[in-house]
Amino acid sequence: MTDGPFKEGIAAGRLAPQDYAGNFADLHPPFDRHEAQVEADRCYFCYDAPCVTACPTAIDIPLFIRQIATGNPMGSARTIFDQNILGGMCARVCPTETLCEEACVREAAEGKPVQIGRLQRYATDTAMAAGRQFYDRPASTGKRVAVVGAGPAGLACAHRLAMYGHDVTVFEARPKPGGLNEYGIAAYKTVDGFAQAEVDYVTAIGGIAIENGKALGRDLSLGELTGGFDAVFLGMGLGGVNALRAEGEEAAGVDDAVGFIAELRQASDLAALPVGRRVVVIGGGMTAIDAAVQAKLLGAEEVTICYRRGKERMNASDYEQDLAAANGVTIRHWLQPRRVVAEDGTVRAIELEYTREEGGRLAGTGETVTLAADQVFKAIGQTFEPAGLNGSGPSIAMEGGRIRVDAEGRTSLDKVWAGGDCVAAGDDLTVTAVAQGRDAAEAMHRALAR
Amino acid sequence: MADIRNDFVGIKSPNPFWLASAPPTDKEYNVVRAFKAGWGGVVWKTLGEDPPIVNVNGPRYGAIWGADRRLLGFNNIELITDRKLQTNLQEIKAVKKAWPDRAVVVSLMVPCEEDNWKAILRAVEETEADGVELNFGCPHGMSERGMGSAVGQVPEYIEMVTRWCKANTRMPVIVKLTPNITDVRYPARAAKAGGADAVSLINTINSITGVNLDHFAPEPMIDGKGSHGGYCGPAVKPIAMNMVAEIARDPETAGLPISGIGGITTWRDAAEFMALGAGNVQVCTAAMTYGFKIVEEMIAGLSEWMDARGHASLDAIVGRAVPNISDWQHLNLNYVTKARIDQELCIKCGRCHIACEDTSHQAITSMVDGVRHFEVIDAECVGCNLCVNVCPVENCITMEPLAAGVVDQRTGRTVEPTYANWTTHPNNPAARVAAE
Ligand SMILES: Cc1cc2nc3c(=O)[nH]c(=O)nc-3n(C[C@H](O)[C@H](O)[C@H](O)COP(=O)(O)OP(=O)(O)OC[C@H]3O[C@@H](n4cnc5c(N)ncnc54)[C@H](O)[C@@H]3O)c2cc1C
Ligand SMILES: Cc1cc2nc3c(=O)[nH]c(=O)nc-3n(C[C@H](O)[C@H](O)[C@H](O)COP(=O)(O)O)c2cc1C
Ligand code: SF4
Repeated sequence: MTDGPFKEGIAAGRLAPQDYAGNFADLHPPFDRHEAQVEADRCYFCYDAPCVTACPTAIDIPLFIRQIATGNPMGSARTIFDQNILGGMCARVCPTETLCEEACVREAAEGKPVQIGRLQRYATDTAMAAGRQFYDRPASTGKRVAVVGAGPAGLACAHRLAMYGHDVTVFEARPKPGGLNEYGIAAYKTVDGFAQAEVDYVTAIGGIAIENGKALGRDLSLGELTGGFDAVFLGMGLGGVNALRAEGEEAAGVDDAVGFIAELRQASDLAALPVGRRVVVIGGGMTAIDAAVQAKLLGAEEVTICYRRGKERMNASDYEQDLAAANGVTIRHWLQPRRVVAEDGTVRAIELEYTREEGGRLAGTGETVTLAADQVFKAIGQTFEPAGLNGSGPSIAMEGGRIRVDAEGRTSLDKVWAGGDCVAAGDDLTVTAVAQGRDAAEAMHRALAR
Repeated sequence: MADIRNDFVGIKSPNPFWLASAPPTDKEYNVVRAFKAGWGGVVWKTLGEDPPIVNVNGPRYGAIWGADRRLLGFNNIELITDRKLQTNLQEIKAVKKAWPDRAVVVSLMVPCEEDNWKAILRAVEETEADGVELNFGCPHGMSERGMGSAVGQVPEYIEMVTRWCKANTRMPVIVKLTPNITDVRYPARAAKAGGADAVSLINTINSITGVNLDHFAPEPMIDGKGSHGGYCGPAVKPIAMNMVAEIARDPETAGLPISGIGGITTWRDAAEFMALGAGNVQVCTAAMTYGFKIVEEMIAGLSEWMDARGHASLDAIVGRAVPNISDWQHLNLNYVTKARIDQELCIKCGRCHIACEDTSHQAITSMVDGVRHFEVIDAECVGCNLCVNVCPVENCITMEPLAAGVVDQRTGRTVEPTYANWTTHPNNPAARVAAE
């Protein structure tokens, strides 16, 4: 036995070696054929189905489910991929409880929606396991498009462009493609290297070259891209992290949640990954939940999420909150960070102030509480880092700190489109990034064909 | 407590639930288990002459399934018993002796010669069995040899064989009818003419349950080939009930006792058959699907319902629905209904809309004032009931009759308080002729 959960400070190997695999296993194990058929049979094949409207990529859900029910999972996968080439990842990571499944009429009827996400996974897994490709790349049009960022937005954009025969080069700053699919999504949502397998599946259409380790702003400039390519798509996601604005936050042990998760996702041995004994996560969204749950699963003794408003204001869905609770994470509300208490430059505790809403505005009450903490994770939102866009000559118009786009994903610059988390119209979901990447590709294709 | 004891053509059993002649009744072992489980009676698996027939050695059953692989329809190419006549007779005798309060009826099928029937009837009488059932129904295999449904499809043969049997035994004779015929009243009349004490129906329906698309051969597939089988189970219940009702309301066979068979799975199924005129019921597929224990549910459910409705004995329910089975031409054309959607219960799946819109009368909205909303348009609704049938929520859509004096928005006519049917309708050429 290692020092276990009670070892002070930030330490690795809190669990018995055999416990890691179980803790980080598939959150929703895949359906087998029979389970999928039984579940598919629950779908009412609604007219003008509300679930389709609720899906940002507008997958024809009743049709793909009917195809599963009739024993045609391949046809089902095609129905899904027609709208969403990352349907496999979306099946795993979409907060379906606030998207398609919330709209399912069986949710209204009995509080038990058809499990659309798991059915979608069944169909897409079947096709991907068989290596079945549904789309042929036509003869090259000779048009060249640069895509910046190999996240969901960039990949969806690249695939749709390849479907039209354009030659796509994807520039990705990180050593691996996939964006947050590879570096951000909770480990138990995408097990067994699925993110890379999906990138391979998407790029198998041909005509998509990914150049890893190439960052816009560092290795290339936007001016070079607009000069050297017929069109450019920016799908760079959010590179920055909001500061706590609490005194002493530079202390060792105050980390950003996204960085912690990225490290976890890339760790070849989870037992070697250090985590605090007492962990406090500041934030109220999906990232906060993911960081807290995964810290707990790594063996932290005590994990507390502190959110500065009430439960109903949390961005994390009820389902996500329940998941955290089920994993032993405590969620506390109406607390905002004031001061990191450090000893020798290392965090020991965090002092928080109670808050309340006064006429819609948040205000501190003056009352404070101090929570012991060996590690504090910041999960209070990410920001777009415009630095990469520097040197592009005329600057790109921004809106609320992100890139401004029109309904077709076009930026203020000629030949430049954008989508995903980096645009103002996004809502920080994988599926929305896919929809925006795809739709921008359609608009680019129309422009290129002119 | 309601009295569910059954007296069927003088054969007494503690309840009206018999096992039909089929694998569940092929051996002493099975029948004893059935009686222990509570079944009121059995019709022993059909006996034939020695040497016994042989069955195929490949698969003999096929099926169709609903959600969660619930078995909805079942089919078989099994023949009659493949055991020696003497073995069966000995076991029948032993069972009847050990279970005197249960009904033991023996199903028979021998070639169409009076001597053959005479001989087997004599052998069966020895067993002290309560009665015989003549299997004129088996639609596969045996019919190729001039037996089973080959007899059941020719009313003259039915009458002839029945008459032989009545002349040669003191036991009650039940004639089991095949549904593989256009009008079941003819074989039933023939059975009655031959002196049958009762008819039982239905036997299985000619069917192919599936085609193997890799081999392009019907299922169940035997070495690459298949033959039609006999269809039974829940899917055949509506067909069987209609046939029972046709016989029950036919003036020529009125009062002829009927043992109802076909897809009976629950107490409710049984109650429905009995309301349509069946004096008792027989069950095969449900037992083969779930085992003998289902009879507990049937007994308890029937008693509970009878108690709740104040039906003291089976006589109070048998045939109660028969007077209400009418010809179409006598249905009241002044009875006007409209669909009504309960907005509280509506889950907005839109199935009623698309069904009515695409395939019927364009009488349900999908959008009202820009909002998803499903509502019946009275001016278009013909009251067909399609929306009720496709709605996934029970009681969400109901058919409401218009009161007399109200104007039907669709026709512009006031609903009449009186009864009027097709026979007197102005559009009926025959009615006009009659009126002139
Ligand atoms: C911790 C966490 C958990 C999440 N969980 C979920 C979830 O469960 N479900 C869900 O739907 N959404 C979830 N999200 C949100 C989701 O991951 C994002 O909305 C989605 O990944 C956005 O896709 P994108 O392509 O716009 O950006 P990203 O996925 O961020 O991809 C952007 C890519 O661009 C690259 N890049 C950035 N700058 C440059 C540059 N200058 N040059 C070249 N390349 C560059 C990045 O390296 C990255 O690969 C989560 C987010 C986080 C942070
Ligand atoms: C496997 C099998 C074998 C059968 N064998 C006979 C038989 O030997 N004699 C007979 O009269 N009916 C036979 N039947 C028909 C049943 O007795 C019964 O009439 C028919 O299955 C309909 O009832 P159910 O829907 O409850 O199964 C057989 C049915 C099945 C499924
Ligand atoms: S009863 Fe028939 S016509 Fe009337 S609304 Fe329903 S489906 Fe349409």
